[in-house]
Amino acid sequence: MFPIVEAEFLAPDVKRFVIEAPRVARKRKAGQFVILRLHDHGERIPLTIADSDPDRGTVTLIVQGVGKTTKLLNMLGPGDAILDLVGPLGTPSHVEAFGTVVVIGGGLGAAIAYPTAKAMKEAGNHVVSIVGARNKELVILEAEIGAISDELLVTTDDGSYARKGFVTEVLRELIESGRAIDLVLAIGPTRMMQAVAETTRPKGIKTVVSLNSLMVDGTGMCGGCRVLTTAGARFACVDGPEFDAHEIDFETLVRRNRTYLSNESESLRRFLEDPERDLDRVRESCRLEWEHPEVRAEARRS
Amino acid sequence: MNAETPDPAVPAPPLSKKDRMKIPRQPMPEQDPARRRTNFEEVNQGLTVMGAATEALRCLSCANPKCTSGCPVGVKVKDFVDLIVAGDFLGAAAKIREDNILPAITGRVCPQETQCEGCCILGNKFEPLGVGYLERFVADYERRTGRVGLPERPLATGKKVAIVGSGPAGLSAAGDLVRQGHAVTVFEALHAIGGVLLYGIPEFRLPKEIVRHEVDAMRMMGVEFQTNVVIGKTVTIDELMADEGYDAVFVATGAGLPKFLDVPGEHLNGVYSANEFLTRVNLMRADAFPESDEPVFDCRGRDVAVVGGGNTAMDAVRTACRLGARTSYLIYRRSEAEMPARAEELKHAKQEGIALMTLTNPVAFLGDADGFVSGVRCVRMELGEPDASGRRSPKEIPGSEFETPIQMAVIALGTSANPLVQSTTPELATTRKGYIAADPETLRTSKRGVFAGGDIVTGGATVILAMGAGRKAAASIHEYLSTGAWDAPA
Repeated sequence: MFPIVEAEFLAPDVKRFVIEAPRVARKRKAGQFVILRLHDHGERIPLTIADSDPDRGTVTLIVQGVGKTTKLLNMLGPGDAILDLVGPLGTPSHVEAFGTVVVIGGGLGAAIAYPTAKAMKEAGNHVVSIVGARNKELVILEAEIGAISDELLVTTDDGSYARKGFVTEVLRELIESGRAIDLVLAIGPTRMMQAVAETTRPKGIKTVVSLNSLMVDGTGMCGGCRVLTTAGARFACVDGPEFDAHEIDFETLVRRNRTYLSNESESLRRFLEDPERDLDRVRESCRLEWEHPEVRAEARRS
Repeated sequence: MNAETPDPAVPAPPLSKKDRMKIPRQPMPEQDPARRRTNFEEVNQGLTVMGAATEALRCLSCANPKCTSGCPVGVKVKDFVDLIVAGDFLGAAAKIREDNILPAITGRVCPQETQCEGCCILGNKFEPLGVGYLERFVADYERRTGRVGLPERPLATGKKVAIVGSGPAGLSAAGDLVRQGHAVTVFEALHAIGGVLLYGIPEFRLPKEIVRHEVDAMRMMGVEFQTNVVIGKTVTIDELMADEGYDAVFVATGAGLPKFLDVPGEHLNGVYSANEFLTRVNLMRADAFPESDEPVFDCRGRDVAVVGGGNTAMDAVRTACRLGARTSYLIYRRSEAEMPARAEELKHAKQEGIALMTLTNPVAFLGDADGFVSGVRCVRMELGEPDASGRRSPKEIPGSEFETPIQMAVIALGTSANPLVQSTTPELATTRKGYIAADPETLRTSKRGVFAGGDIVTGGATVILAMGAGRKAAASIHEYLSTGAWDAPA
């Protein structure tokens, strides 16, 4: 039982949640994620922790509604609770004083990149942030990222806000202008991360990406999230989610992430026909657990 | 079946030993293979009251029973069977619970043929006593009556014990420790309690309702459970002891890291580890998709290959069959005689129409244009001379490669140590293969107050061996908490 204490939309279908999870809040470091399950028929999905407040005992998640579970989650708000939330999972971002770090966030990736960008700044790096989105409405966390960056460059695919074009174009210009770049961190859609990797590869600029493979348990017991690297298969949930972009087989990642496309669309279609059914399940699961006193006692302690 | 008293028509003891030996072993009623291969209901239906009472009469009440010494947790078999003969089924259940906290589970999943029943004296000339069937019977009887014979709670000792992992080892240790008056908290990384009993063993061998029931009984005994806590991530062992006041910790995290074949094509879509495939179906109920949200590859009308010869491979291949696979192949590199799976599981699998491909080893998975697995390339094997360990090692037959079309594959080659706890507890010594090093008698690790047992020490084994380790750990932890002595011999 993890109560939602705040929820607000940042952009259409993109919602920011503040959730009570004291133990996770205490332990979490930049780059880590949680796995959550909304109700007792629900699936387990991974979401990056965007921020945390150990004193308040809360973690912040930023969720884009793309399929059934995320769209259901985005219908929840304060007063609702999440049945299961476990973390922090994954290896934290490797943060040190590299020099100049370019942080690239594409779409929701801006939310995932934000905590690491902040940690990079705190470690004494010169942080150049590139935030990209499809259009003006989808640009998120511009102020927050601006506040922890030495330079902020915003692009939109359609030119409806700031500069028109892709994040890779901005990166290429930076590289070609002769700027010394010690590290590139790119987070966003897989094809965007792949394009960034191909942009930096010829220059030998160290590039880190945060991969978004399918997960079930998130603790290394199933290998469903395995990604192919030049050094063999790795489990994104424990060895990652961050990896050296130049070692990743992106084609395999894109392909494996398509495994359940037809199931996912069927699930979403059924959900959209009758969202109340699942909303009731969330409320029922949480109510039952809440009314079971010893379970509630356990929930308070965890 | 209703909860009834034994039929008065059953001849009352005492029967002579000769008479007892004339009674044939009572067969386990089973769901018909043609029907059960299409559902997830339990295959074994359990003895009737009449069947159990009759089977119990076969026990020779040995003066020096061997069955108990064959049981890894030392269940007093003769005593509980005597209680069945006397018609006191609840008393029999309570008698088992003195040594075994999970009788409804062990009665179903133990390899009795190599344990209690393997030691039964009847087995020399006849079929051994159906100890597992009887254990299961009384536990099921007890559950149906709703009157679980819970032991009284002793005075609290004021000591706190943390148990890491809620599988068979952790549950068994928790049961013993709470009965000794310690405050016990079990931490589980997943969202439900039971470990492999939930995510690994399928519903048709072990209904999850039974696991939930046993866990509820432990909750009533005072065991506290915390799900969604990954020790090593959410909180470390050092923090449990320093900040949360735990006096001892038992690490029972199991061996949950799946092994892969390391052959080309293993990362094609539709190639699963057994852990992933079984977790999706057993824990996440992907068989009920879209009623449940978690999907699994749609096996209906497809051909599926499971690689391996252990119980997990049997569980996976029988699960694929129930998900509607047209052909469910079991690919194993040795012959049927060397299969580590229980004979009963192999028998059931064959009855359900599993296609056995023994002396066969996959060398590559083949894919279609969309990246889904479309076939498996195998090589035929032959068995060489027995090696130093007495096992005949399989060797490839040159030029024997062949391809079989499949659309899904499951790799069930066993598991190895998950390093999460070890890697975040610096003082905890590990073996070369990454298992936790623990004294085989006391289960003490290199860190004071920390004990370890089950698969995380031994590597993948059985439910009952893990429960045995849990009991041993509980005894050792109790001694440590009572004396405070760490270096004294156990």
